[in-house]
Amino acid sequence: MTTQVNTPITVAEVEAPPLSLGNLTWRRFRRHKMAIFGAVVLILLTFYSFGGALFFTEKYSNYTNTKERLQSPNAKHPFGTDTVGRDILARTIYGGQISILIGITAAFVEVMIGILIGAIAGYFGGNIDAVLMRFTEAMLNIPQLLLLIVMSKFFSGNVPNINILGRELSGSVIVIILIIGVTSWPYLARIVRAEFLSIKEREFILAARATGTSSWEIIFKHILPNSIAPIVVSATLGVAGAISLEAYVSFLGMGVRAPTATWGNMLENAYRYIETAYWLWLFPGLLIVLITLSINFLGDGLRDALDPRSRTV
Amino acid sequence: MDAIHTFLEVKDLKTRFHTPEGTVYAVNGVSFTLKEGETLAVVGESGCGKSVTMMSILRLISIPPGEIVSGEVTYRDRNLLKLSESEMEHVRGKEVAMIFQDPMTSLNPVLTVGRQLTETLRTHTNMDEEQSRQRAVTLLEWVGIPDAGKRLTDYPHQFSGGMRQRVMIAMALACTPSLLIADEPTTALDVTIQAQIIELVKKLKQDVGMAMIWITHDLGVVAGIADRVIVMYAGFIVEEAEVDDLYDSPLHPYTTALLQALPRADRRRDKNLKSIQGVPPNLLAEPRGCPFAPRCEFVKERCVNENPLLIETENRHKVACWVNVKTGALR
Repeated sequence: MTTQVNTPITVAEVEAPPLSLGNLTWRRFRRHKMAIFGAVVLILLTFYSFGGALFFTEKYSNYTNTKERLQSPNAKHPFGTDTVGRDILARTIYGGQISILIGITAAFVEVMIGILIGAIAGYFGGNIDAVLMRFTEAMLNIPQLLLLIVMSKFFSGNVPNINILGRELSGSVIVIILIIGVTSWPYLARIVRAEFLSIKEREFILAARATGTSSWEIIFKHILPNSIAPIVVSATLGVAGAISLEAYVSFLGMGVRAPTATWGNMLENAYRYIETAYWLWLFPGLLIVLITLSINFLGDGLRDALDPRSRTV
Repeated sequence: MDAIHTFLEVKDLKTRFHTPEGTVYAVNGVSFTLKEGETLAVVGESGCGKSVTMMSILRLISIPPGEIVSGEVTYRDRNLLKLSESEMEHVRGKEVAMIFQDPMTSLNPVLTVGRQLTETLRTHTNMDEEQSRQRAVTLLEWVGIPDAGKRLTDYPHQFSGGMRQRVMIAMALACTPSLLIADEPTTALDVTIQAQIIELVKKLKQDVGMAMIWITHDLGVVAGIADRVIVMYAGFIVEEAEVDDLYDSPLHPYTTALLQALPRADRRRDKNLKSIQGVPPNLLAEPRGCPFAPRCEFVKERCVNENPLLIETENRHKVACWVNVKTGALR
């Protein structure tokens, strides 16, 4: 009877070099069942959105056929068709690309602004900190949804179409990315500032200054890598947040404009058919729920895996 | 370097900290000089201003809450207190380097040792990636780290305390500074490692030919390493002497008491060590009179009201005391 528990420790194991930080993180992450589930679902959704493009052209996803409008799921249209006869399966595929793109880039914008403001406020302190933090608090005091709606009303009046990755997109995509990024950084800035406040007092920062390291190098090469864990976690959650915010604004008809599909704007007219044509909202809605849920699980797992205080292997 | 020029001269340095409890008078008019290649030890108990003095010299005090109220720090004809921050960055690490007490916390935990070493080199020299890597290997070998080439990619937590202090020393000496300030570099290490580090620093000092300021509260270490000693108390220098003079004929009651509190191999063991009565003064009060007066066994009326100046008595032996310890009479 040999079980895993009774396996004797080999010499190689005893003499193995200590685990690197990356190894340790991966070990803890692997134990988090829900995080693994989240990661797998996320990978599948990415395959769905980007792999699916091999089977349908974008033209097909935007093709309106009024003879086939509001068809329930059938062999030709597995997810049914919408109010103007577009294939919902193809639209969820292309819409997924845009939703994921918006999620990632908006979170990127958020992280860049958040890090910059948080780092400068935390590191330099004093009046700079006071001014930046009052500004941050002012931003936090305005409800984000209100800001989003007002800004998208204001900016997305007449934006030309643009070309990204060989795709013709409504310029409103870029507007939405910027608006989401610009309205969601304050929380992150506060997290970054708090990290900087505590790390800048650590002895190795003094040691770095004593070797003539400049302030910018200390901020970006010494303090930032030490505060990367909470930043990664909130950036991950920021992706989920951006996807659902986009869905929200697009649902209200103020987000990404047709013909470009997103999971959010596919819901736009669906509320009128909640009882009569469930396929209009079920598939995009399900995808939004799945992606935000899996990203949140992933973020949870990362939080546990990257937290140095839970460093038990 | 021309000997006529001053290497390092600190004049009337005063550093204060403005805290919610009030102003802390940390350094109260410290003056001393250092010659090229000389080793100066600074001793005194915790909180007497040793570290703050040295950090003020390199302008590493965080302002606020700190403030360098007055003074001059002349290093090779330049007043360091008047330099701009970017000029100061060229002095730090390149000309004046500093090592710290606790090697366990003085290295950045998320950067490899190699990266931290090469970054110092690349800040101050125009070496490229490969040159700085090779120089880093040489440096690590020089401070006695075996298998230096492989260890460059290791993180600080993969090194022991003694090894980390060696890495810190390698970083400090990377650009062959002409002055090394060592802030209790052996205090956090165990005794055998302490001895190794002291030997290492002595050897490296000879290799480089640099001057050194060694902060410590271990008088045993001082005897083995220093040419001259400064004794500090409550932010003042109370005595300054050649190392042998200080041990043979201490002139300040505080130094005398310190030496009597030190266990020695050549002294009888059945007697208890003497301790100094009382506690160090509260640095929140503006200093008045001799700071040591409340704990001094020779205290006179004058000591309470007037702070004695640091005066030279005989061959470069300076003391700040109204009383002649040998006779018990006022000077």
